[in-house]
Amino acid sequence: MLASLTRLQRYYLYYTGGFFSFIGALAVLEQHGMPPRWIGYAFLFFTISMYALIGIVCRTSDVSEYYVAGRRVPAFFNGMATGADWMSAASFIGLAGTLYLSGFQGLAYVIGWTGGFVLVGLLLAPYLRRFGQYTIPDFLGARYGGNAIRLVAVAAAILASFVYVVAQIYGVGVITSRFVSLQFEIGVFVGLAGILVCSFLGGMRAVTWTQVAQYLILIVAYITPVAILSYNVTGNPVPQLVYGQVLQQVTQLENRLFESPVEVEVRELYRERADLYAQKIMQLPQSLNFEREQLSAQINQLKASDAQMKDIVALERLYRDLPHDPDQARGRWENAMFTAVERSKTPIHHAEAFPGETVEEQDIMRVNFLALIFCLTVGTAALPHVLTRYYTTPTVRQARESVFWSLLFILLLYITAPAYAVFAKYEVLSHLAEIPITKLPGWVAAWAKIGLVSIEDINADGILQLAELSLNPDVIVLATPEIAGMPYVVSGLVAAGGLAAALSTADGLLLTITSSLSHDVYYRIFRPDASTQFRLVISKSMLLVVAILAATVAAQKPGTILSMVSWAFSIAGSAFFPALVLGIFWERATRAGALAGMVVGIVLSIYYIIRVEFDSIPMLGISGFGMEPWFHIQSTSGGLFGVVAGFITIILVSLVTKPDPRAASFLTTIRFRNGDGL
Amino acid sequence: MISKADLHWRKTRRLTFALILFWMLITFGLTWFARTINEIVILGFPLGFYMAAQGALVLYLLIIWWYNRQMKQLDAEFGVEND
Repeated sequence: MLASLTRLQRYYLYYTGGFFSFIGALAVLEQHGMPPRWIGYAFLFFTISMYALIGIVCRTSDVSEYYVAGRRVPAFFNGMATGADWMSAASFIGLAGTLYLSGFQGLAYVIGWTGGFVLVGLLLAPYLRRFGQYTIPDFLGARYGGNAIRLVAVAAAILASFVYVVAQIYGVGVITSRFVSLQFEIGVFVGLAGILVCSFLGGMRAVTWTQVAQYLILIVAYITPVAILSYNVTGNPVPQLVYGQVLQQVTQLENRLFESPVEVEVRELYRERADLYAQKIMQLPQSLNFEREQLSAQINQLKASDAQMKDIVALERLYRDLPHDPDQARGRWENAMFTAVERSKTPIHHAEAFPGETVEEQDIMRVNFLALIFCLTVGTAALPHVLTRYYTTPTVRQARESVFWSLLFILLLYITAPAYAVFAKYEVLSHLAEIPITKLPGWVAAWAKIGLVSIEDINADGILQLAELSLNPDVIVLATPEIAGMPYVVSGLVAAGGLAAALSTADGLLLTITSSLSHDVYYRIFRPDASTQFRLVISKSMLLVVAILAATVAAQKPGTILSMVSWAFSIAGSAFFPALVLGIFWERATRAGALAGMVVGIVLSIYYIIRVEFDSIPMLGISGFGMEPWFHIQSTSGGLFGVVAGFITIILVSLVTKPDPRAASFLTTIRFRNGDGL
Repeated sequence: MISKADLHWRKTRRLTFALILFWMLITFGLTWFARTINEIVILGFPLGFYMAAQGALVLYLLIIWWYNRQMKQLDAEFGVEND
């Protein structure tokens, strides 16, 4: 075992060394005038061909290799693979931005996405490994018996994983289009190719070893820019240690800036604008007609006088751009009103917990913060693509140890993200606020051009006030290299890291979906006598179909995809967590109970999300079903009710149904048995 | 007389529940008071912010480490060696 371990470690050491020299070579080439676009191509080509190479080397036609990597993945490497599997495009690109925008409130993601691994490690991973089959529906099917529960589990796994995989492929499209200037749709299909080269030939085995490679890239890419930034600002390259002091400086800057008279004045201007839009919306359709008449009167007046042609053309364009009908006007003006309202609010202090004007508002923030943590932890402990990874270790003990390594490797990124946000905020507060707009650094204009940064001098004083600046959360990670004035090779590195994060998660999810379909539905339910070779053929063709389907959906640029990802946690959590935990820890849980609990949990979560989030579904022609949230809980935490209802339902229904006589012997095998799982 | 398997399970369960309780105290208990403990400042970090950004994460790692250690001993004691 030691020999193989060192060989593996040696391979990855060579690989990491190779990656560093690749970066170094590009840095030198950039000094000699290599254009940025080529650097982008080089990163794209190098990383994807690395993944393809690993995929080809690990090709397999063995069922156990294909589904669970032959159960030969050592704890340490399984931890790394889980890290890459777990950290998605959202963690890599979005988290630091969320933390930048919402300060303390964003830490719910940091706590939730790491705390969930305690639940995985203590409540699930060892038992799943000792059971030792292939999928999560397998476990539920064996514990409770019957195909119904297997089908419900498959449906929930696919529902939760599919939106998630679409979001990853979407992320790939965004990254490739921004850094390598490929067209978005082409970028999506490049991503698809990147995913297929790993998973198609080698299944879980290839995915595992690519994920390890991807983890190394993504963590280097995440930490490098913020370490350089930290060194520039504080002289210490370990951002996690020193950002406390920077946070204090940020708080001082905030205290000075937020209440300065000119900031207050700008916020007041935005409030007036919001009121104006509110009035116009109320007075539809007259307000639209009035606006039209006013503009055309102005144009005629200008034409009558000897005004410049340029001014007339500008006004005519304004006239053409007016909303065509009251519905369109309502939509547009509501958006404008919300944006203005957002900007008119007093900004929150970065470190303040549960900010709010009144005690009641603070309590609502607090309750939502805790509810979000609950949903994220439980969802983490229930997402099938993560749990499946713990089937791949050689022993139960290694499964437990690999949870430790997983959390350690994930922690490296999550502990850095808040530092990222604080450093970025420091840069913005000290180098952008109160600076003449003509003297702003170049990156502001560059990112404003693609709409991720927007600036509006509403009080026309030629100076940027904080309230006049708005940043898209994605910009924080993507633009930090430029903010700190680093060479383009660092930007390329960040793009490669984001790509690795998105591809690795997509691989794991795709494999979960296909093994649910091919193993649980086709093999377990329809054709238990299928030959192993044919099972793999089915598996691989499913993979192709699902991957193409996901890429097609992603290419449509579905707008709500990112909020759908947070719903995936609620759905997975309420479907799997109660049934798995009670199945392991409570002998009395019965099939009827588990089935009822899973269905109640999923239905309640979806019901809550839909009724709180939407008021109408135009496609089905129903509307007006929106409701007030219960206990002020936002729809992203809808899983709270689903999980609690799931637990209660399983317990109540189990108590009134007959105990399952086979439960005791099954539980003995997963709790206490010598030897390997199979 | 209870069987070896039952005793092993009883001890596993006790350890698991104790650690989960501790986990809940950090995750939900301490966070509930984040606003109050934010007034304490360590290394420039308000304590509530620090716990959510770093402290809790390190404690989670320690929980898992401690659980693995205890389970390893327990398995050895009961002969559940599997590697």
